[in-house]
Amino acid sequence: MALDDKIRQQWANSRILLLGGSAGSFKLLFRLVKLLPQNLNKTVIIIIHRKKNFFSEIEKLFAENSRMLLREISDKEPIMDNTIYIAPANYHSLVENEGFFSLDVSDAVWYSKPSIDVTFESVAEVYKERVTAVLFSGANQDGAEGLLKLRRKGALTIAQHPEDAEMAEMPQAAIDIHAAEYILRTTEIFELLEDTN
Amino acid sequence: MKGTVSKDEISSEQLNELIDIVKKIHGFDFSDYTEASFKRRLARIMMLKKLEFYDLKHVLVNDAGFFQEFLEEITVNVTEMFRDPTFYKALKTQVVPYLSTYQQVKIWCAGCSSGEEVYSLAILLNEEKLGKKSFIYGTDINTEVLNEARKGIYSLRKIKSYTENYLFTGLPGSLTDHFTMMYDAAAIHSELKQNTLFSVHNLISDTGFNEFQMISCRNVFIYFETELQYKILDLFYKSLCPLGYLCLGNKETIRSDAFRKKFKVINQKENIYQKIGS
Repeated sequence: MALDDKIRQQWANSRILLLGGSAGSFKLLFRLVKLLPQNLNKTVIIIIHRKKNFFSEIEKLFAENSRMLLREISDKEPIMDNTIYIAPANYHSLVENEGFFSLDVSDAVWYSKPSIDVTFESVAEVYKERVTAVLFSGANQDGAEGLLKLRRKGALTIAQHPEDAEMAEMPQAAIDIHAAEYILRTTEIFELLEDTN
Repeated sequence: MKGTVSKDEISSEQLNELIDIVKKIHGFDFSDYTEASFKRRLARIMMLKKLEFYDLKHVLVNDAGFFQEFLEEITVNVTEMFRDPTFYKALKTQVVPYLSTYQQVKIWCAGCSSGEEVYSLAILLNEEKLGKKSFIYGTDINTEVLNEARKGIYSLRKIKSYTENYLFTGLPGSLTDHFTMMYDAAAIHSELKQNTLFSVHNLISDTGFNEFQMISCRNVFIYFETELQYKILDLFYKSLCPLGYLCLGNKETIRSDAFRKKFKVINQKENIYQKIGS
């Protein structure tokens, strides 16, 4: 599928870029973080499944390689442009109407905390069509419902092509419930997100 | 474990209407709760109880018994023993040595839910030989979870995950040393329970009730708007002895200059503070 004008336009109009993934998505997200330009004029929110108690070096590694400012979300943190936010382990990350994040320690969703569904749904309610969301490789169904809600709100929703995903289940679950408006090859996703006009 | 999505979204107007009903009829004020998670809890209750928004309002007004259930579901009661093991590590090295200089150590664990944190602190103090002179007050707005806390009995499944947490704290003992194992659950030793007291307290409407050497209120502020957080910080400040310690959840950053003047940072990452000034 070639990238058409409609998808490029919708990406250009987005205020928020949501990236969700689990098993098999780390390297991709890392490459993407390296590639996103400093002046993207959007807010990037990344939700990757992670284990509690394993104090991961993800933030550090990402921050050292990112051209944008990169932060782990803390409670009531203002949502700023040109910043990449990473959801912390052992909390769900939500967004508030007034333009800040809030955190929640309630039960795991799909055995995951952070859950991609929870953040996607919350962003859908607040930012509606001003969102581009991509669901990458993963070994469970978290994110599919959230992507569907985003699609219903008019956001640009993309699933990584299951053939390109190390673990196909996550993008496939989204495709199965028609949550993804576009199913894109990894190279196409990168081509789109690199386009900053 | 399915998501908690309700297909019908609750609008801000509906939310305010409901908060108003709860305040007028039941005397609980949720107006300064963070909206996104509060809405999520409401959607969850509606799904669990199979209620539309209109029905939910109706039972809240007309069914007196329903409110206790509502309160239990609306407040997040997820907790663990030794949640954030690095916090306990920091307590041991940076706070306990100072606490040990007091004749008596009084601790307030605010928003204690089913008691896991109270008992984690009791275990830590016991292992550090402060058990006999310390007393921990656990408070929550929810009477049902306090009953759980008083029992101090946890399923083996939970104990297994708490044991993992404990291992990461680097404490020298073993978590199960403090429990009596039963068939499918474990009960905290009564000597640890002796120095605890659980009671109802509402951070939003109630005043202080003692002077403490340490207050721990972790993962409660995330559900409150900033203004309410400041109000409660003031209550904590007044409830602490000079140089008393305040522990917040490790993502609960306070972005206020006034706060910085009243509290010194002891551990930035774990959000441990010490009262300064008078």
